[in-house]
Amino acid sequence: MSSLIPAEFLVRIDYERCRRCKRCVLNCGFGTLSFEDRVVADHKKCAACHRCAAFCPEGAITIEKNRLQFKDNSFWLPEYRKNIMRQAESGGMLLTGMGNDKPYFSYFDHMLLDACQVTNPSIDPLREPMELRTYLGSKPEALDFEQSPDGAIKLTTQMAPQVRIETPIVFGGMSYGAISLNAHRSLARAAYESGILMNTGEGGLHKDLYPYSSNIIVQCASGRFGVDSAYLNQAAVVEIKIGQGAKPGIGGHLPGEKVNQEVSETRMIPVGTDALSPAPHHDIYSIEDLSQLIYALKEATGYTKPVSVKIAAVHNVAAISSGIARAGADIIYLDGLRGGTGASPTIIRDHIGIPIEMAIAAVDDRLRREGIRNRVSVIAAGGIRHSGDVAKAIALGADAVALGTAALIALGCRVCQKCYTGNCSWGIATQRPELVRRLDPDEGAERLNNLIRGWSLELKEILGALGVNAVESLRGSRERLRGVGLSEVDLEILGIKPAGR
Amino acid sequence: MQIDARGVHYRDLNRMLKEAAAAGEKEFVLDNVNGQRYIGTGVNLPVNIVINGVPGNDLAAFMDGPAVTVCANAQDGVANTMNAGTVVVHGSAGDVLGYGMRGGKLYIRNNVGYRVGIHMKEYKRQVPVIIAGGTAGDFFGEYMAGGVLILLGLERRQGEPLTGDYLGTGMHGGVIYLRGPVEPYKLGKEVAVLELDDGDEKILGKYLKEYCDCFGLDYQAVREEPFVKLLPVSSRPYGRLYVY
Repeated sequence: MSSLIPAEFLVRIDYERCRRCKRCVLNCGFGTLSFEDRVVADHKKCAACHRCAAFCPEGAITIEKNRLQFKDNSFWLPEYRKNIMRQAESGGMLLTGMGNDKPYFSYFDHMLLDACQVTNPSIDPLREPMELRTYLGSKPEALDFEQSPDGAIKLTTQMAPQVRIETPIVFGGMSYGAISLNAHRSLARAAYESGILMNTGEGGLHKDLYPYSSNIIVQCASGRFGVDSAYLNQAAVVEIKIGQGAKPGIGGHLPGEKVNQEVSETRMIPVGTDALSPAPHHDIYSIEDLSQLIYALKEATGYTKPVSVKIAAVHNVAAISSGIARAGADIIYLDGLRGGTGASPTIIRDHIGIPIEMAIAAVDDRLRREGIRNRVSVIAAGGIRHSGDVAKAIALGADAVALGTAALIALGCRVCQKCYTGNCSWGIATQRPELVRRLDPDEGAERLNNLIRGWSLELKEILGALGVNAVESLRGSRERLRGVGLSEVDLEILGIKPAGR
Repeated sequence: MQIDARGVHYRDLNRMLKEAAAAGEKEFVLDNVNGQRYIGTGVNLPVNIVINGVPGNDLAAFMDGPAVTVCANAQDGVANTMNAGTVVVHGSAGDVLGYGMRGGKLYIRNNVGYRVGIHMKEYKRQVPVIIAGGTAGDFFGEYMAGGVLILLGLERRQGEPLTGDYLGTGMHGGVIYLRGPVEPYKLGKEVAVLELDDGDEKILGKYLKEYCDCFGLDYQAVREEPFVKLLPVSSRPYGRLYVY
């Protein structure tokens, strides 16, 4: 059936400036541009990924929104009308990439941080030490010491395994398969160099990344792709992936086209077969079952690594997190409504889950009330856009945050949301060798290191302004947050006061 | 090495196993085992472990190498995500056996529970094999992506069904052999029933003879009843779900 849906974007080429070098044609991963005595565009294929415009030496390309006007209707938005047309043509589920782009209320944007003035001095982080170092892992309820006759004091408490990160930021789980090997290389190298962690997602760990294993979180998801004893032991943290913010409660599906030789070796499945991740882990139907898998992984890794459990932030996230903590997890990774994905049904991504701000507050509250907050570290993810969001998430009660989308943007991603097509012109969400080559892992790692450095410097400034000299002092310190324009119920859930009080 | 496992926590029992195996011990006999989990997990060496008693859940989970013999029944989750090695159970076993198993063998003398062989997968020369001598519950071979699953239904009572419902639901790789016919209503919509060919004879001959030797069964007698083969209709059962 031929499509009657109008193009979303129009590619405008200034033929006065164009010198017909065809660089744009070569750079477009979506096949939008071709050359027929001059560059012509098939506008319907344009994803607005900017690759052509970024590489045009003459600046002759611009991409515009197609202004073809639908009759105004504030209920039947053009997006819904176009989606219905697409589904009427195909009969399929709408698929999308990246995180929820709908205008849901952002609590981050309605919370403000405090600062010191006059009565308690702020600290200048340029001159004074400022501690961002964070340890992820289960903490004991109390510490016991023993003094030997010669006066030396020794810690006698048996500590659970801890992983040190130099700043309270890690990279979120993104699998090799969903993203390219060069993207994985960039993330692993940057995690190693910045002293933080990257997360394999559920697609296994390529052998090239084994040297970075001290800075890698390996995932064990429902498909168990690439999971064997060697994989589990090439990691700083082992993570059980239950759900993700972009698609809570549903499984994953890497189409056979993306399973090339290298992906096949890493996932340990034959080339060209679909990699199906079932919605649930079929060995987990209860908290007791989750505990069984947590301890299976601890047995398989000799109790040397923290085990993390990643869940999507959903309505009962606090009760579920309490169960996870009691099941023996060392880390709870919460992924909120805005969490990204390589591919998710649009309807799931856009309508399921709760905002990460609410989830952090609810989980931290619940664990504190039950007296088990020390048993787990909480990593929050799903819509962390800048260091201000990091500080607010930590003030609400997170131990650290995870970055997925922000890390990809640092690598060149333009958030065009076409990851699921495998045509990423920036070499990130693709397995096409000619596209993957475009992402230089050295440069990628440098960009990521720069991002982490920049945000860490900003975090130090924020801490200095707050008059504290360690991120530990901000953690769960909701007194340092105020709400603007929030309802009483919102304020109560977030555990913060309104501005002015 | 003989270990009396009575009252010993699984963590201590498994640590003893791992440490002794790492020190070079090859033969283990565990007596009075009663529900200890994860036996064989994390050992990763080609040792023999004989279990007297009923081991707990997740026996041989993530296992890579050992040969485990259970002289009784086993519980749920045997050979969970197992990579290599063998597990022989001289009795029945529970649910979700061989989940995500990528290699090695799991031979069970009697009946098995629900979701056996779920999401088994094979990779290159690693082909996991599960053979059960009795009957199976629902969702046998669910989501199966590779490997060999054989169900014999030996010594069944009159009218006792060989399998439960939803046989091979979501299957997209590997092969299931059933000793005896299967009612079409029990099949998942992703599988088709086929006659055996020469290739199947080879596979059956290889693994089933080994299985029969394990349990002292007469291979020829087991083969007297005809087998059928279940294969996935498509390696891409969910290929046309989305709008691109």
